[in-house]
Amino acid sequence: MNFGFSEEQNLLREQVLRLMHEHCPMPRVRELIASDNPFAAQLWQQMADLGWLGLITPQEYGGVGLKWVDVTVVLEETGRGLCPLPFASHLLATATVLRCGSPSQRSRWLPAMAAGHAVCTLALCDDGNWLHPDAVTLTGQRTTDGVRISGTKPLVGDAKACDYLIVALRIDGKLALAGVATDSVSLTAANGLDATKPAADVHFDNLLISDDDLLPLDDADFHYLCDLGAVITTAEMVGAAEAALQMTSEYAKERIQFGKPIGQYQGVKHRLADMFVDIESFKSLLYYAAWTVDDAPDELPKAISYAKGYAADAFAQVGIDAVGLHGAIGFTAEYDVQMYLKRSKWARPAYGDSDYHLERVATLGGM
Amino acid sequence: MDFELTETEQAFREEVRNFLEEHLPPKDQRGPGFLGSWLEKVRERGWVGFSWPAEFGGSDGGLIEQAILKEEMALAKAPPLGSSFMGLAWVGPGIMRYGTQEQKQRFIPDILDSKVIWCTGYSEPNHGSDLAAIQCKAVKTVDHYLVNGQKIWTSGAPWAQWIILLVRTQFDVEVKHQGITCLLVPMDSPGIEVRPIENMAGDRHFAEIFFTDVKVPIENRLGEEGDGWQVTVSALANERSSIGEVTQMFETLDRLKTLVKQTTRQGKPASEDPLVLRRLAVFETRIAAMKYNGLRYLTRQIKGEPLSSETSVNKLLRASLEIEMADFAIELSGPAGLELRGSDHAVDGGSWAKSSLNWPNVVIGGGTPNIQRNIISERILGQPKD
Repeated sequence: MNFGFSEEQNLLREQVLRLMHEHCPMPRVRELIASDNPFAAQLWQQMADLGWLGLITPQEYGGVGLKWVDVTVVLEETGRGLCPLPFASHLLATATVLRCGSPSQRSRWLPAMAAGHAVCTLALCDDGNWLHPDAVTLTGQRTTDGVRISGTKPLVGDAKACDYLIVALRIDGKLALAGVATDSVSLTAANGLDATKPAADVHFDNLLISDDDLLPLDDADFHYLCDLGAVITTAEMVGAAEAALQMTSEYAKERIQFGKPIGQYQGVKHRLADMFVDIESFKSLLYYAAWTVDDAPDELPKAISYAKGYAADAFAQVGIDAVGLHGAIGFTAEYDVQMYLKRSKWARPAYGDSDYHLERVATLGGM
Repeated sequence: MDFELTETEQAFREEVRNFLEEHLPPKDQRGPGFLGSWLEKVRERGWVGFSWPAEFGGSDGGLIEQAILKEEMALAKAPPLGSSFMGLAWVGPGIMRYGTQEQKQRFIPDILDSKVIWCTGYSEPNHGSDLAAIQCKAVKTVDHYLVNGQKIWTSGAPWAQWIILLVRTQFDVEVKHQGITCLLVPMDSPGIEVRPIENMAGDRHFAEIFFTDVKVPIENRLGEEGDGWQVTVSALANERSSIGEVTQMFETLDRLKTLVKQTTRQGKPASEDPLVLRRLAVFETRIAAMKYNGLRYLTRQIKGEPLSSETSVNKLLRASLEIEMADFAIELSGPAGLELRGSDHAVDGGSWAKSSLNWPNVVIGGGTPNIQRNIISERILGQPKD
């Protein structure tokens, strides 16, 4: 029994922390999100060179062939600094090709994805507030030379930074995925409040997709990919929540009011403790969920619903209290803590809010 | 990461299961002599003081085996592994660490053999959470300490034979943690008066204790004079895995789910009410969090990394769950939920109603939730002390 990280995983964590510290500290994050596409090609290439973009990709496809527990380590640390690069989207796209792609599609796409040359994202639901296959409504018309798509996929994460999109659609009523080059579609940037998680509407104008670029998708795949999306989101939430707590905790030690550091008042001290309890708890649940992906896949739905069901509301409260305990300074754009509040609001519904996940906990628990 | 048990660990789990199958009859078939023979049998197996060093009569049990033992015992709803919870939890470890050779020989075997029940004399009328401020006084004479003062909220005091007692031997100290001494005192000493206190659940298992010129031989001092705080704190720091508690809480949750399935609310099955299901799911998620928090901390202990005060995390989670789960069962059952044992209307034998009054046993004993929050904030997050 060992519910902890290995020496190698600890070294990986240090490596990610170091790179984030050197090349993606908060001033750089702010610089990136002020531009119209928060993508840093050089940093992305470094992440590829260090193997992070192919961490779960088998070695035969140019990856490192590690597990979800390993990639969780990277996500926690990129989440800690709110790194706006599309690491999370790219990872889910990689998992999609691994799960749904044919051997030839894997050979064609995965090596380029692991090497960082092809940046990818997954566009699943047309109704973003419904994690169900029926929420996929974009339609492709079968023609003699392939499938033609017209319409719009709304709020696709990181679309602008990506070279390729993997888009869920219906062909003759059946679910499928299509690999689409971003330069063959038009994008309208969205304006979400968390600029570190940019999205765009993707417009298709009678776009022809060849059969080589179509992947099958069934209901089980759909739910599996949603669960992995929740694992990824929650792993980033762990790092971000810890950063928000640390920032607030340090501030509480230094900020003097009524002649004492505010951390000496139990109204502040106890709230910090409650934040710690919640973060520890969804962190433990997330680690378990990440472990199930490779080692107990039957347990994944329940495990991730525990983790995201807990984290969704708990991190939202951490975000609010982190800003609130700072007082007026926390409300300023200049101070970083507000960026974590924004991330908590982005993460809360992503791949299922607490209502969705807790309902599933009840169902899977025999109710 | 892995959750595999080694062959030895798996074999140990089998051993415990086989033992329980053979020696633990269902509750309604346990006769009057059952508990005594149970205690003897688990002692023979070396499962009392399982983690204690063999030189003191323990079994040197590893951390994982301890967790397995606790988990299996909780799953089987077995009685405790010894008659003296306080003896096994606090007194034994304290004596093994700070006791004289003579004290070890005199007290340890009786704790393991369930011959002596101990209670812990810590809290006083004016000093509960602020334990280090105690005033119960001991004056040293040639061959004994003369104890005068009062203790309160002492669990098990009405039937305990011995008490581990914190007294103040010095009053002119710079900090209150100094000048405290730890004494081991027979409860039948002249000058001790025990007055049981009825709690809100109608039980009388804690008491106030008055000490009037009680003579305690000097050889009954545990540790050096003035070191009592250290002796106590290190005993309290003898944190154990919470796996047994988690198993019990999953069982409580199962009973709650069964109750939901049997209950109608506003004329409709409660199990079809999404608000009811959400509340159940919140409980389940938090119990699961306790489980995986516990395993994470256990792993750190196995790797030899010292824990800070992380066990306070699970204490806080447990505190709110203990209160909320029982209250939810009552709320779900309407007025009948309030009926206690013996009533025709009682739900599940009145056990939920009783639990809804019993939570202070675990929630307040061993440090209130606000004390746990202080501990987390000060020791883990480094916030300044009050």
